[in-house]
This record gives sequence, structure tokens and C-alpha cells, in this order.
Amino acid sequence: MRLVLEMAVTHIVGRGPQTLVAIVGVALGVGFSIAMAALMQGTQDNFVAQLVDTVPHVQVVDQKRVPPRQPAQDAFAAVQIAGLRPREDRRGILNPTAALASLKGWLPGRMAPSLKTQGVIRFAGRDVGAAIIGVDPRAEAGVSSLAKDFRMGSFASLAAGGSNIVVGDRMAERLGATLGTNVSVVSGTGLTRPFKIVGLFHTGVTARDESEAYVLLKSAQILSERPNTINEIRLRLDNPDNARLVAARVEALLGTKAVSWQEANESLLEALIIQNVVMYTVVGAIMLVAGFGIFNVISTITHEKARDIAILKSLGFPEGDMRRLFLIEGLTLGFAGSLVGWSLGYALCFALSQVHFEVSSVGREMTRLPLAWSFLHYVIAAAFALLAAGVAGYLPARRAARANPVDIIRGAT
Amino acid sequence: MTALIEAAELTRTLPAMVPVTLVQGVSLTIHAREFIAVTGPSGSGKSSLLYLLGLLDRPTAGDLTIAGEATGPMTERARAALRLAMLGFVFQFHFLLPEFTARENVEIPMRKLGHLTQAQMRERAGDLLASLDLGGHVDKRPEQLSGGQRQRVAIARALANDPPIVLADEPTGSLDSRSSAQVFAILSDMVRKRGKTVLAVTHDVDMAARMDRRIHLVDGRVTSDERA
Ligand SMILES: Nc1ncnc2c1ncn2[C@@H]1O[C@H](COP(=O)(O)OP(=O)(O)OP(=O)(O)O)[C@@H](O)[C@H]1O
Ligand SMILES: [Mg+2]
Repeated sequence: MRLVLEMAVTHIVGRGPQTLVAIVGVALGVGFSIAMAALMQGTQDNFVAQLVDTVPHVQVVDQKRVPPRQPAQDAFAAVQIAGLRPREDRRGILNPTAALASLKGWLPGRMAPSLKTQGVIRFAGRDVGAAIIGVDPRAEAGVSSLAKDFRMGSFASLAAGGSNIVVGDRMAERLGATLGTNVSVVSGTGLTRPFKIVGLFHTGVTARDESEAYVLLKSAQILSERPNTINEIRLRLDNPDNARLVAARVEALLGTKAVSWQEANESLLEALIIQNVVMYTVVGAIMLVAGFGIFNVISTITHEKARDIAILKSLGFPEGDMRRLFLIEGLTLGFAGSLVGWSLGYALCFALSQVHFEVSSVGREMTRLPLAWSFLHYVIAAAFALLAAGVAGYLPARRAARANPVDIIRGAT
Repeated sequence: MTALIEAAELTRTLPAMVPVTLVQGVSLTIHAREFIAVTGPSGSGKSSLLYLLGLLDRPTAGDLTIAGEATGPMTERARAALRLAMLGFVFQFHFLLPEFTARENVEIPMRKLGHLTQAQMRERAGDLLASLDLGGHVDKRPEQLSGGQRQRVAIARALANDPPIVLADEPTGSLDSRSSAQVFAILSDMVRKRGKTVLAVTHDVDMAARMDRRIHLVDGRVTSDERA
């Protein structure tokens, strides 16, 4: 066995250029597989990450999954009641202090209460419809992805005294307003209050930049004439994957609907499964092509060694030695190539990660190629290369070893 | 004197539409210490016979016994082991392993057999090469050697495991007269001084004349088998 090993080493070292070609061939296959996998996986992960980042992980809203039992149902022993106009009682999450307190103890993350209402922002004769969201600046900063999207000011600026508002930059544009401008906010109930713009944000999502406006929770309650009321609690969890569990628990506790981000984006996540299949197919195909290239390079080398196999056989080496010899050579080349391929893949990923883009016509701006740095990609690519290289060494060697050495010897003279 | 090689009605045909007969019904008894020339016109089956005797090829009919062992029913592994220990083969073309030095080429069969220590193998390879006038070329690779030198390395390799039988297929075929004489002298010494059995294919009439026994082949059959 040691002899076979040493012979393999001598073969590999003795054929410098060929060895180099083989290693480069394997390295290219491995490197590009890694880079492609990183890019595909990165795109996927980035998409989910952005989703998870922008939406609340769990959103508690003032609705019930089952419509509340109506008095009519108690009054009449009917099987089903239809066409009934239910009692108007959507008044938000009642007793928010108690509700928040009941979550505080166990929630693995942060929460922020808010009151969302519709209104119009008015400035210099221009009216722009807006979702007026009343927030607690400190709590909101810990929950909302908006906190890092501020161009000017911040949530904290809301609390700086007076009636303050922060709006999206597109909204400001439409109004012709800017930081420091005093605007009027007209609520759904008809109240008008003056506010001063103390912050501008830019999320990149046009719909939000155009129509969201944040004020203090108290201001929103006054505007909508719903004192001490909230209609939404947004949760940001330490681990977004737990959102479903947390949502279920919150819903059981508060009795109002709690929606996890997975539930809210169910159809999107379903589409993602298809994307996943596409991704694995593409990466698989790349690896297959790379594997075929590796097989080609190494099996060519082994084929060229058919004469040596005949010679060794004539000297008294059994067939098994020949198979082992070239299996070792194939694996060694595959291994060396994989190592180089790892560096190549890493370098490619690094290069790709340096590429910058400016895409602002679409809603969201992507400034960098998303890349997933996963060690698993490296392992899989190397395993695949080793398999291809091993087979490429073994199969031709087995054939040459089985062949009658006389045929090869006659052919070679 | 017991027979070293016993061939009975050895026949080798290649399967084809019209089967090609390489060797036809050859019966031979070869004893130890014989120095045999195999002669015959080109295409008469000399190489084919040597491949059969050297266990590189299998006969389609007939029996071959080497050192008292019937080779027919042997496994491939057993045949390989027999080749390694009992048979030394010198091809018409040197057939050295290109990536290995002269010494390594000679050491490889020894290492496979594994009867000697590393140091002993090294010494023996050096001695063999030196005895073939290659003392200054042990660390050269085949491509750095001349044709005659390569052929001598190949002979050294054939002798590496000190096999009782050496089969040589036109060992001087590609050499000039000086190298030829040298190689012939080596083969002759092996029989006379070391007690080996040598079977050599040759076209050289003078050379054949100086050997103990001449087997003549025509169309795969033995037409004459004369002893000096
Ligand atoms: N694979 C093959 N297919 C067809 N015919 C073959 C094949 N191999 C050998 N032969 C034929 O078998 C015959 C014997 O070949 P062999 O090599 O044994 O001859 P030889 O006596 O060694 O000739 P030379 O002196 O030229 O080396 C030749 O006629 C050759 O053409
Ligand atoms: Mg011949």
C-alpha cells in the first residue's frame, strides 16, 4: 500500500503541467460552484431577511379571528344568521396598559404599541392622504426597521416638545415641505392640528415613503378622539423563527388577532419554495457540469497511463493495485483542486460582494450583491469534486487493468 | 532434470470473423539453465509465444505449467504473484515508467515483492545497474537516457527479483552492434554465471548461433527445435 501511495505521489509530482491542469480544472469547478451557490442562496436569504427586517415579526391587531357573538344570536335559536349588521365595537385594544404588561414578562423580544388612523396632511394648499401612526418613540425605535432609515431626525425627535411629526421623504416632496416645516394634519374625525416636521425617512419602499407619517401616540389618540387606545402592537423577536409560536401565545392571552410574519406573507413564502427548487436545480446543474469537467480532466490523465498500467501488470502487480493507484491519484488531484477551489470560491465571493449597484427605479434599492457565506457550500462542492475525481481515476484504471496487457503493449510499440 | 516450463499444445487465437491464429499447438519443455533463441520470420508468432509463456496472455487452448504449477486454473492474483517472483520480462521496447528514475524503475518490482529491506533494495538496484554499465545513470529518468541505456535499465528491472526465468523479446532489436553485444553478454552471463533460464527472441543469426538451443517458428508453429 505504501508503494502504491508513493507511486501515486511520484506520478502526480512527475507530471507537473498535467497535474496543474487537473488541479486548475477541479479548482474552477469547485470555485464557481461555491460562488454560484453563495449568490443563489444569498439572493434567497436576502429576500427573506429584508422581509423579516421590514415587517413586524408579530402584529397584534384589534380584530378577532371569529366575529364576536352578536346579541341576536343569543336572542333567537336560529341555526345561522346572515345579513346582520353587527354592533359597531371596533374600538381598538382595550386597556393597553394591562395588555402590554401581560406580554412584558415573557416576551422574547421587544414590543411597541401604536394607534394607526387615516388622515390628510395639508401644506400650502396641497392635501396628501396619509396613514397617521401614533407611536411611543422609544419603543418604536426598538421595533421598527424605520429607525435606521431616517435621513434627518429620528423617532426621538418626536418627543422633543410641541406637536411633532415625521414623514417619508416622498411625502415631504409631494407637499413641498421639508424639515422644520409646519403642516396641518386633518384626522378622519375632522379635527385639525398643526404639526412640525422633525424627521424625514426613506425606506426605499415608495408606498411607505409616500404615505406614512408618525406622531406621538398621544397626538394620534387626540386626533382620532380615542383616548388611551391603541389598535396595534408590533413585536420584534430576538429570533424571528419563533414568530408563529409567539403569535399563538399572544393571541390566546389577549384574545385579539396576532399575526406572525410567516402568516402575513404566506403566499410569498410559498413562492419562495418554488424559488428554492429552482435554486437547487441551478446549483446542482452547475455542480454537475463542474463535476463532468473534473471527470474529463482526470479520466484523460488516467487513460494516458494505460501503458503504465500494462507495464506494471507485466511486472507482477495485481489489478487491485492499479485501481487503487489511480483512485488515490484522482482523489489527491480532487483534494488539491478542492483546496485551491475553496480559495478561488472565497475570492470570487469576495469580489462579488464588492460589486455595487444603484437601482432606485424599483421600489427597493439593492446596493450590493447578496451573498451567503455558508461553509456547507464549500463542503458540498468539495465532496462533489472528490466524487467526480475519484470515479474519474477509478473507472478508466479498472478498465485498463482488466484489459489484456498484451493489447496495450502491442498498441504502444 | 525437472522442467521449468512445460507447454503442451499451446494455442492462441484471436476471436474474430475469421479467427487469427497467433500460436498454434506449441509444445515445449524448457529446463533450468537453458539459453534459448526463438527465431522466425516477422509475424510468425514469436512475441505471442513469449507473452503466453510470460503469463501476460492466456492461451485459448493447451496447458502451461511453470515450476510444476499449472497456470490455467490460476486466479489473476496468483498469476501476478508468479510473474513478480518467477518471471522477468524484457520487451522489444524498453517500457520503463517515465516518471521514475532508473533506480526507482528497478526498485519497484522489489518493493512489490517486499523480501528485502529498503537499504538492501537500494543497494541491489545500484549493483544491478552498475553491472549493466549504468553506474553513472541511476538517478536519471528514462527520457534522459539513450535507447541502449534504457534497454539495459529494463533488463536490470527484469532481473530485480532474481527470477529463475527471463523472457526477452528482441532485447537488442533497437540497439547498435556495440550495445547489442553488451546486452548479449549480460544475458549469456545470466545463464552461465547465475544459473538462470533465458529465452530470447532474436533476428540475429550469429547471436542465435551462440545460444544453446534454437526454436524456430513459422506461422505460429514450431518448425524446428535444435540444440547445440
Ligand atoms: N490484435 C491482432 N489482430 C490481428 N492480428 C494480430 C494481432 N496481434 C498480432 N497479430 C498477428 O499475429 C501474428 C503474430 O504476431 P507476433 O507479434 O507474435 O509476431 P512476431 O513473430 O513477434 O513478429 P515480429 O518479428 O515482427 O515481432 C502476426 O501475423 C500479427 O500480424
Ligand atoms: Mg515480435
